[in-house]
Amino acid sequence: MARAAVLGRLTWRVASVVEVRAETATARTLLLDVPGWPGHLPGQHVDVRLTADDGYSTQRSYSIASAPGQPTVDLTVEAVEEGEVSPYLTDVVGPGDEFELRGPIGGWFVWRSDDPALVLLVAGGSGSVPLMAMIRTRAATGATAPFRLVYSVRTPESAIYADELRRLAADGAVDVTLVHTRRSPTGSARPPGRLDAALLESAAWPAADAPAVFVCGPTGFVEAAATLLVAAGHDPARIKTERFGPTGGAR
Amino acid sequence: MSPEWTDGNALAGPLGEVFAVDVTTAIGTCVGCGRTGLVAEVHVYAQAPGVVARCPSCDTVLIRMVRTPDRVHLDLRGLTSLTFPL
Repeated sequence: MARAAVLGRLTWRVASVVEVRAETATARTLLLDVPGWPGHLPGQHVDVRLTADDGYSTQRSYSIASAPGQPTVDLTVEAVEEGEVSPYLTDVVGPGDEFELRGPIGGWFVWRSDDPALVLLVAGGSGSVPLMAMIRTRAATGATAPFRLVYSVRTPESAIYADELRRLAADGAVDVTLVHTRRSPTGSARPPGRLDAALLESAAWPAADAPAVFVCGPTGFVEAAATLLVAAGHDPARIKTERFGPTGGAR
Repeated sequence: MSPEWTDGNALAGPLGEVFAVDVTTAIGTCVGCGRTGLVAEVHVYAQAPGVVARCPSCDTVLIRMVRTPDRVHLDLRGLTSLTFPL
């Protein structure tokens, strides 16, 4: 299936919205029915194409949030201010609406559930979306690779999947460390601030254990996190990265 | 403010329109500095009418791609080789 998911020329399909779930004040998850969907690997993305009545069309990439083999293909979309595509997906689209989509896309930033290596996931903002697909796939397949997630968010309320992550952490499926950059929860010992070497050292698997590392988020976040990881001794060849560009909203 | 580029993962869709294998998992060699690395790790500028990919080490233009309604124009000027995993 791994190979089937990345082989073959890409063509556009029509996706229809089955359900919409609010995640945070600015992010929504679209549950999509995609006839002919060939299956995917956690970490892959899709391109979404919207076409206006006058023929103008534009496309953006969004990570898949759901594990493979589910009834729907789920995209979590964070609204980008003055974005061309995301406001439609986060504010307008509803059950029964259709749009064009192609995928799954990308064979590099993927986790395979038969890989027994320790996994370290590092997310900035909506960079948590493809990493959530990996966590959900681990749970769905009964894989036993130990997972840790370090998740940087502005405020407690801006963490996507917060309730589900809490449940999964309680079940021992993943260790979760939240990093708050603008406002910490009441009673938190750590003042708001960016991910740093000390926090990474306490929350991440040691470099000596050679974990598979996945880092996803806005380009600046990914550059900073990857630099910290390499400085902490992680082998650059074990660090896979995916960058959203300046906003962190797309994908 | 984050840099305005994204990375080579974003090329998987546009290149997937013309290639039967995923080019982002291929190893490319830069004509400018000789760096070898994954296409997934190049710097991608997609705000222009086309897409431009540059070398993460020396900024040499590796790939230019322009999509018109019925054509894809692909310029691989900066890659002296591409090695694909099979």
